[in-house]
Amino acid sequence: MPDMDDAMDDVLTRARAFISALPHSRALGMQVDRFGGGHAVLSMPWDARLVGDPATGVLHGGAISALIDTASGASVMSHPTAPTSTATLDLRIDYMRPATPGQTVTAHAHCFHITRTVAFVRVTATDDDKDRPVATGSAAFTLTGAVGVI
Amino acid sequence: MSLRPVSEPLHVVQSRRDAALDWLVAAVPYVGFLGAGFERRGDELTALLPFQDMLIGNPVLPALHGGATAAFMEVTAIIELAWAALWEDIEAGRIDPSAAGASPVLPKTIDFSVDYLRSGLPRDAYARARVTRSGRRYASVHVECWQDNRAKPIAMATGHFLMPEIG
Repeated sequence: MPDMDDAMDDVLTRARAFISALPHSRALGMQVDRFGGGHAVLSMPWDARLVGDPATGVLHGGAISALIDTASGASVMSHPTAPTSTATLDLRIDYMRPATPGQTVTAHAHCFHITRTVAFVRVTATDDDKDRPVATGSAAFTLTGAVGVI
Repeated sequence: MSLRPVSEPLHVVQSRRDAALDWLVAAVPYVGFLGAGFERRGDELTALLPFQDMLIGNPVLPALHGGATAAFMEVTAIIELAWAALWEDIEAGRIDPSAAGASPVLPKTIDFSVDYLRSGLPRDAYARARVTRSGRRYASVHVECWQDNRAKPIAMATGHFLMPEIG
């Protein structure tokens, strides 16, 4: 269905423009890989400036937090209820293992439940080894402008 | 305990502590990326996050990026924890930041949970961490982050950390 594909591409293009307009996300080199239906996948390449421990070259937890927060917010914005804006209420991140130095970290966020006022999100971040998460997160977001629960 | 004599000259005490703090902070490149710094009063640390455009997450409001606030608080917790763990060694002169290859072994984050209380304004932010429990292997830390008004924090966080193996 070419029309459907075009529509999907258009949504992804707009999501990319939106994320690249966020100065902090841009500074961290984040890219949008997937966006829609309550799912957002964002990736962040390894960068020496973002290292937490130079002895190992492992990315700082804070960089992973920023990626997870952005992916989570994006998953809320991608929800079919189409909220116009959102803000993080709380975010908890569990760090399973260090991200392998040199590898891109990818966060897959899923906005799995939404009410008129709050959105709930789960996130998993991985590097090249997709079977062993680097970190997982869960978050709640405020909502404005959602058209209602579908 | 082999603490230094009380009669030690003030400037010696200050420069020893400042050098140790600089050494600790310089060990984390991400602190430089955020542009954060630390101020010391005795053993009390206050983290500073001077405002810059690249910390913005919502250009419309504008507001600080929640991820930047979280990262700032996590850095504050790690530096406070390492600082508290090293304090006696610093005071006893057992730490030599100028020694080649001497870099601190830092605590590792197990989990970090942030409550966002107010939107972060486009201005400087501050944070202080309190070690609520410090064991041989695990530590718990609480962090508060505020801007203009100390009584109105923009975010609070708690985290658990794995302490480096000693020896």
